[in-house]
Amino acid sequence: MNLLEILIAVPAAGFLVTLFIPGAQEQLVRLFTLAVSFLAFALSLGLVAGYESGKTGQQFVDNIVWIAKPEIHWHVGIDGLSLWLIVLTAFLTPIAILVSWRSVQKQVKEFFAFLLLLEFGLIGVFAAWDLFLFYTFWEVVLVPMYFLIGIWGHDRRIYAALKFFLYTFAGSVLMLVSIIYIYTLAGTFDYATILELFRSGRIGLSHTEETLLFLAFFLAFAIKVPLFPVHTWLPDAHVEAPTAGSLMLASVMLKMGTYGLVRFCLPMFPLAARENAWWINVLAIIGIIYGALVAMVQPNMKKLVAYSSVSHLGFVVLGIFSFTQMGLDGAVYQMLNHGISTGALFVLVGVMYERRHSLAIKDFGGVATVAPWLATVFLITTLASIGLPMLNNFVGEFLILQGAAQARFVWTAWAAIGVILSACYMLWMYQRVFFGELSDEVKHHMPDFNIREWACVVPLVVMMVWMGMYSQTFIPVVSETNSHILDQTGTAIARASGGAVLALSPSDGAILNGGAFHAR
Amino acid sequence: MPASFAPSPTDLLRFAPETILTIAGTLLMVLDPLFARRTPRLFGHLSIVALVAAIFAAVSANSVHGVAFSGLLIVDDFGTYFRVLVLCIGILTVLSSYRYLSREDAETGEYHALILFSIMGQCVMVTANDLIMIFIGLEISSIASYVLAGYLRNDKRNNEAALKYFLLGSFATGFFLYGVAIIYGLTAKTQLPAIRAALNAPDTSLMVAGVAAALMFVGLCFKVSGAPFQVWAPDVYQGAPAPVSAFMATGPKAAAFAIFLRIFLTVFDRISATWAPVVWVCALASMTIGNFAALTQNNLKRMLAYSSIAHAGYILVALASDSDFGTSAAMFYLAAYALMNLGAFAVIVYISGKGEKHLRIEDLAGLGQRQPFTAAMMTVFLLSLIGVPLTGGFFGKFYIFRAALDSHLTWLAVLGLLNSAVAAYYYLRLLVVMYMYEPGEVANALEAPGPGLRAALVLPAIGTFVLGIMPGTVLSFTQNAALFGK
Repeated sequence: MNLLEILIAVPAAGFLVTLFIPGAQEQLVRLFTLAVSFLAFALSLGLVAGYESGKTGQQFVDNIVWIAKPEIHWHVGIDGLSLWLIVLTAFLTPIAILVSWRSVQKQVKEFFAFLLLLEFGLIGVFAAWDLFLFYTFWEVVLVPMYFLIGIWGHDRRIYAALKFFLYTFAGSVLMLVSIIYIYTLAGTFDYATILELFRSGRIGLSHTEETLLFLAFFLAFAIKVPLFPVHTWLPDAHVEAPTAGSLMLASVMLKMGTYGLVRFCLPMFPLAARENAWWINVLAIIGIIYGALVAMVQPNMKKLVAYSSVSHLGFVVLGIFSFTQMGLDGAVYQMLNHGISTGALFVLVGVMYERRHSLAIKDFGGVATVAPWLATVFLITTLASIGLPMLNNFVGEFLILQGAAQARFVWTAWAAIGVILSACYMLWMYQRVFFGELSDEVKHHMPDFNIREWACVVPLVVMMVWMGMYSQTFIPVVSETNSHILDQTGTAIARASGGAVLALSPSDGAILNGGAFHAR
Repeated sequence: MPASFAPSPTDLLRFAPETILTIAGTLLMVLDPLFARRTPRLFGHLSIVALVAAIFAAVSANSVHGVAFSGLLIVDDFGTYFRVLVLCIGILTVLSSYRYLSREDAETGEYHALILFSIMGQCVMVTANDLIMIFIGLEISSIASYVLAGYLRNDKRNNEAALKYFLLGSFATGFFLYGVAIIYGLTAKTQLPAIRAALNAPDTSLMVAGVAAALMFVGLCFKVSGAPFQVWAPDVYQGAPAPVSAFMATGPKAAAFAIFLRIFLTVFDRISATWAPVVWVCALASMTIGNFAALTQNNLKRMLAYSSIAHAGYILVALASDSDFGTSAAMFYLAAYALMNLGAFAVIVYISGKGEKHLRIEDLAGLGQRQPFTAAMMTVFLLSLIGVPLTGGFFGKFYIFRAALDSHLTWLAVLGLLNSAVAAYYYLRLLVVMYMYEPGEVANALEAPGPGLRAALVLPAIGTFVLGIMPGTVLSFTQNAALFGK
């Protein structure tokens, strides 16, 4: 068992142990799950320390047979793409537990147990190198989130939980068909082997096959991202979920979709990915602008943040399907940034909901006068979210826009509208909530942070500044893996066209010169 | 050749499980008047002992593969697998019946004897190597189930269920018998290997064989409640006593699928191009009708009945793929299906209360808060029925749809998996009610489950996880068995 496997096992073991703690021992449950999540976070830092940059391929690999026939492997490992997403998961889980410390009062044991199960599934998704194992973790994640929304959510929680589950499930069954189809061709679920078989041309997919398989995978991931127009589950799920649920959902679960796009869709189906990139990018840009416009008119803070996620994730998809090194680096970095800043927004909205028992913007006003620290932290987070330089989102968005411009400038032009709009809706909300007239309810029910809440927000703010000021900590590792992924898609294309550069239209040439056809 | 009709000791060993069940069943009938008043639980205990003994007998009989009684029966891996499966189904049924029977004041030896006889018939079915034996096994199993369906004779719903099941069931058996007669007319044989050889002879009329296959298909499709012969299932499952519904939805179905597989994949394999498309249509129809009808049900038993039609559809997909792997997938799925269905029915037995008054979905409200253990078990079964990974139901579906893709039934696989997404809705509804509704009167009045019921919940849950996490052992056994010794 290597460090990665211990990290996967710790939340799972924590989950099982928690189930056996008597339900009445609520404080014990909280402390125990918090300890487990801290342990997992410490282990994830161990991964960072042990990760050797400069090596391509996976590290912390373990590959043993799980089921002999048909051969399914327990094959886990990480590379630069999954490393930070795993750390993000482990970083946010203790915050999710802390933020629910007081606000969750019914069925306490189950709630915290489900958070650990969620962590287990999420880390597994990012670590799996066997398609079957990946699908297994992908589905396992659904179950705890379904219960988190459905049991501890707000008024329309049941509707939201069902919608969430069914959307994701319907998308992923088609992915399952594709996985089995690939298995019937390749005779294995092992992702590295499958990639090698595809790349070397020993398995030739016909054009139709490749397109259909790509679309099946893409649909499953697009629902998760969520990409316009399959995003409609997201606002419902976010608004109805408890704070910890929204936090994990926005910060990590949405990244499962974008992670899947980068990890599976690009390397396995490079031709189909490039052919379909134009309409995917159009959808991403529609998502960016549409999400921002809808966010602007939301009367509900949580819904506003939810729609802002649709907009932000549109940037990530645009970066991925620009097929440039910068675009891809920015996309992966933006996944992390969005996890931190939107996560912080949900935590802050949750803190305010606990005090005021309302999410409506009109029920607030003048909060800055009674809770100055809350207002300060909220402002920093707002500025991070709209992409102010020196804060984290700026780096990611800049790289994405730059990468998209290398591919096709018009995309950048349209996507940049989203940046402007995000400043509008965020600052306008900030103004209405924190300035203006102070009502009596707010005055008497809006104390500033307590120690536990400080403990939740300080790490997030530190990360926003760190990731904005010194992205060098994070990006080089990501960049290595991304260039490898782009190589993989590039060589596959070159091979398909007989080694020569494809006879492409000038605009398509512009897409390629970004990364894939670098003479490496 | 002077035939010796005296069975050899090996023959007796190969027939030992059936012998044990027959003796135990008869014994229970005799003991009934003596102990029914004083120690009514005795019958349940005795049947469990008999069933466990029969499992041991079945396993030891598997060490001497071969035919018994001049080729009427055959003991092979395939038969043994199904024998053990139906015997386990019997144990779980008996376990969940303890509470039910005492609640309804109906603890008799008769009930348990009927269960044992029915299982004995199923054991004969799955090891039969001769059409006449198959028919006899089918009748033993069915007649006992007809009586069980109407076991509480003062209950109107029981009577309705028994009558419907009996009339339609005999009608369907008639079809099967017609098929047997035609085959006999065509080949002058009743033993399966001989028929196979005769059908493979070049001058045999395949048209007539096709007619016989069609008639048998109708009879068997009825028994497994596959569309378009599924209409009886919801009424019968709803009317029969809950443990009996659980039994009927799993035991006879598994046995019927066993002979389905054995006949169609060995005897009729030469005309598979004729029957496979028919099975394709029936599979899709069963999945679609079952799942969409289940969406609108408000009665738990009825909902599970429709869901069992859909699951029969999934297994028919495996049959339509017409391959060894398909057979093995069907065998695996039947085990996973039996476990999750018996578990879910055990929960229904638990919550329904005296006279089965509480069968609405809302009656589960708040079970998660009032009886967290039972609710957790039900969650396992529901997740397995949905097909979430790490449960047996998921692996079963996975193997079935893999078999379908192997045989290039891509559309059937896609439509089948989309169907399973539809199915997720109505199973999730139960989870919603259990965990997200405030406890209702029913949940508040429930007492903790007794030891029998608890075992009937825990054992299938463990089995579901074992099949979901370590399916390797079972799967390698089924893959071997699916070759039929070819």
